[in-house]
Amino acid sequence: MALKGNLADFSTTQILNLINLAKKTGTLRLYEPVVTKETITDGTGKKRPKIIPGAERASIAFREGRLIWATMGDQDGHLASVLHKAGKLNAEQTRVIRERGAKYSDKALALMLINANYVTKADIVRSIRQYTLDIVYDVMSWKEEPFVFEEGVVPPPERITVPIDLKNVIIEGTRRIRELQPLEEELPNLDMALKFPDTPGDKFRGIHLSVDEWRVVSFINPKNSIRQIAKACNMTDTEIRRVVYGLLQAGLVELTKPPTMQQAAKAQTRAQKLRRQPVERSLVERLIARIKEV
Amino acid sequence: MPMQTVKMVITGPFSAGKTEFIRSISEIDVVTTDENISPDSAEFSTKEQTTVAMDFGRITVDDDLVLYLFGTPGQRRFDFMWEILAEGMLGFVVMVDSAKPETFREAKSILETFRAYAPTPYVVAANKQDDPEAWTPEDLRIALRIEDNVKLLPCVATDKESVKNVLLELLYSILEEMDT
Repeated sequence: MALKGNLADFSTTQILNLINLAKKTGTLRLYEPVVTKETITDGTGKKRPKIIPGAERASIAFREGRLIWATMGDQDGHLASVLHKAGKLNAEQTRVIRERGAKYSDKALALMLINANYVTKADIVRSIRQYTLDIVYDVMSWKEEPFVFEEGVVPPPERITVPIDLKNVIIEGTRRIRELQPLEEELPNLDMALKFPDTPGDKFRGIHLSVDEWRVVSFINPKNSIRQIAKACNMTDTEIRRVVYGLLQAGLVELTKPPTMQQAAKAQTRAQKLRRQPVERSLVERLIARIKEV
Repeated sequence: MPMQTVKMVITGPFSAGKTEFIRSISEIDVVTTDENISPDSAEFSTKEQTTVAMDFGRITVDDDLVLYLFGTPGQRRFDFMWEILAEGMLGFVVMVDSAKPETFREAKSILETFRAYAPTPYVVAANKQDDPEAWTPEDLRIALRIEDNVKLLPCVATDKESVKNVLLELLYSILEEMDT
């Protein structure tokens, strides 16, 4: 089963969150959106044009939930080009290396460049990391590209891959979101509270949060609504939504009902139970026995 | 002794497979309030009929107990029916078409709406698992943000055994709730 869809329905941030939480290995491919005359209906029954995949625009590879490599459709991702983009090689050096080193794999070429004192190992790792991140942040702004995630497909071994924690990528990508709609859809109710996951483990290790994000984290408590946290941090609704959305997508916090809402829910539960028919255990057991027979 | 009736609600987005689900297990021909969709309408390419008010199926347990299954209309313009159908339900099933990510957002919204109507037990049925493009239940759990303590069950609504499994799991959840 392949994960297929369209970014209009399931955003890049959500895909990265899924890959991170499910610790997936594989390659995400994104395609040029080609609008057809056919229509599809969404879950509410509304019609919209069917979009099918055109030429490949980008591919992003992951291993066990970590970002390892990315390339744009119109680029070959050759090591010399990556180093040129990072300013480690000039245009002439890049041309010569590409001509003479065409038969070498990225790994072999990297060794030759290091031995020839053109670059250091750290230069190569840093350049590939930045190249990969630039592509992913670009992709995070796309809105209607068809995508498919190919499970188990990873770059060939001769490619140099650099593992990058997705949580930081998600948070940084969220900081760059300009549109408010996805934030409001994902986080419609600011009266909800936040809590840390039951098994936080080492989720916060290596996370790079801004001062504002750390301030929000310092107020996380099931007793504090998001609205109260925003007030304490002197943030607008949009600002708090952006921070909380990033923390949620990175799996660092979870939504929960604050005590005031829980009390209201309990009162509602009591009212609802009054309206519900009294149900005995034996009745449910009779239903189970009957359905087993059907 | 008067006849006792209990009901379960089968809900979910447009074209999630609610009518098929009830049809697979009901002992009577499902009473549907479907209407034909006009060829000009939005939904025609997906299905030719849609449920207007509700589907209705029945499973007789014995002389004095009957289970009714109510399927909600999938389109938002009929959502005034949802709360009426939710009244007094024993539990509910949220059907999701696993192969149509364009319906996931609505599935999440319907799930939250029904949770607010009544704090009764529920399960999520990942329908159309026989479709090669279906997302796995594990991926759907993350995509729909379904908590670990909520059952998310693979389902093929046209397969009676699969439907039985979903209903049984919902009943087990109701028993578990009684124990707590």
